[in-house]
Amino acid sequence: MKYMLMMHAPKEGWTTAGIGTWPQKDIQAHIAFMMDFSRKLGESGELAGAEGLAGPEEAKSVRARKDGTPDTDGPFAESKEFLAGYWIVDVDSAERAYELAATVSAAPGKGGAPLYMPIEVRQVMSAPCVDE
Amino acid sequence: MTARDGEASRIGHLLRELAPQVLGAVVRRFGDFAAAEDAVQEALIAGATQWPVEGLPDNPRGWLIHVAARRMTDALRSDIARREREAALVRQEWPFRDPTSVEHDTGDGDDTLTLLFMCCHPALTPSSAIALTLRAIGGLATPEIARAFLVPEATMAKRITRAKESIRTSGIPFEMPCAAEREARLASVLHVLYLVFNEGYAASGGAVLQRTDLSSEAIRLTRAVHALLPEDGEVAGLLALMLLTDARCPARQGPDGELIPLEAQDRTLWNRDTIAEGIALVSAALRKGPAGPYCLQAAIAAVHDEAARAEDTDWPQILALYGVLKSRSDNPVIALNHAVATAMVEGPEAGLALLDVLVSDGRLAGHHRLDAVRAHLLERAGERAGAIAHYLAAAGRTASIPERNYLTTQAARLRGD
Repeated sequence: MKYMLMMHAPKEGWTTAGIGTWPQKDIQAHIAFMMDFSRKLGESGELAGAEGLAGPEEAKSVRARKDGTPDTDGPFAESKEFLAGYWIVDVDSAERAYELAATVSAAPGKGGAPLYMPIEVRQVMSAPCVDE
Repeated sequence: MTARDGEASRIGHLLRELAPQVLGAVVRRFGDFAAAEDAVQEALIAGATQWPVEGLPDNPRGWLIHVAARRMTDALRSDIARREREAALVRQEWPFRDPTSVEHDTGDGDDTLTLLFMCCHPALTPSSAIALTLRAIGGLATPEIARAFLVPEATMAKRITRAKESIRTSGIPFEMPCAAEREARLASVLHVLYLVFNEGYAASGGAVLQRTDLSSEAIRLTRAVHALLPEDGEVAGLLALMLLTDARCPARQGPDGELIPLEAQDRTLWNRDTIAEGIALVSAALRKGPAGPYCLQAAIAAVHDEAARAEDTDWPQILALYGVLKSRSDNPVIALNHAVATAMVEGPEAGLALLDVLVSDGRLAGHHRLDAVRAHLLERAGERAGAIAHYLAAAGRTASIPERNYLTTQAARLRGD
């Protein structure tokens, strides 16, 4: 079964309070941790997809107008969190997905201390089971 | 590598080299590009499975044309038969020249070139042209192309089908463009090849810095075009530009996949043979006549590659070359690079003044490189706080993870903690 692990980051964080303010060696340790996590997932055969998303500075919210043309709004300064990236993992149990999420959650932050980031875990819908 | 692997890889190379020639010959005879493309793919698969077992045929190219033409004929016959059954139509006159004859086949590269002009037709979107070129000229299978562009195989298959469909509906003919159109059409061919190279080199999205398979494929194809049009300065210039850029590949990435900028690269890792080849190509092209944009960019890359250390770089020459480029092209990215070269020669303030002009121009608004260059120049001017702010702004705007990591790290380095 597939699960999406979504990593949310505090919006004002990343340039003013988050990774953008960490010492260089902490940033490097964080990057190395993330790369290692993705590499291990690939090697264990559990990685079904992963993408990092560009920063929220350029994010837009789009709605169709009555004539179907796009009505673009944003970026929105007021939202507190943004989706920084996600992994889709193909695992044998929900517990395994939670375990992986916990690993990412404890990625090293400033001074190497675990970040304990909230990772949202959602099951990916699939085709119905084959009838017996 | 075992003997069998070596043989399989030789056959693979041969098949890819022959793919466009065979496709060109079949399209020329049958006129139906989409059907011919399917038939040639089947012939290539037949070659890949039969040749390692049965040995190479005497005339591999003729063999493939023959097999593809037979598939075409079978498909057309069954198509006609179906139509007859369905509509009880009277049998039509066979509308084609004898498709299985290989006697009229000239065997030169004209078909490959004609095919390339067709696949890179300006009526196609860049993504269609790229996919079609890699498959029809590059002889790559759909799953390989899909992997290179990090999209699902079904998506790439659809993209190729739609590209073939647009060739059919827009009535793009299988013929050499006339002399008057030729230069513009060649420019769109070179642009497509450049995009393929860049996709491999810069990997605009995603976590991987370089996808060398696409770069080397672009180099292989441009080499083939250069062999067909050895007198064309821009083809030579583009090939040189690719080689001179690609030569730095081994030094561009650190152990954790991090980006290493030109000035910090270990230049002993650069590929000297590739640089020598690129320099020879661009020098010969520059001697022949007025330099086009690819030639000028290749000349700039050559000046960088000739410097044994970053501080040995001949910036006045680079600035002069960017000056010529800028006077001929209204490309804001060239203007940005011109500002960098100006800063290297005349000091960061002169570069920053040019950036202000670019900001008011507006076309690069929100582009991360504008912030990245400003950060770099502010750092050189000793304005630390401004540099940090712009490194972070650039980091927030780039769509490349290695680049974001690099820019974030630069800000941290400047903060000195």
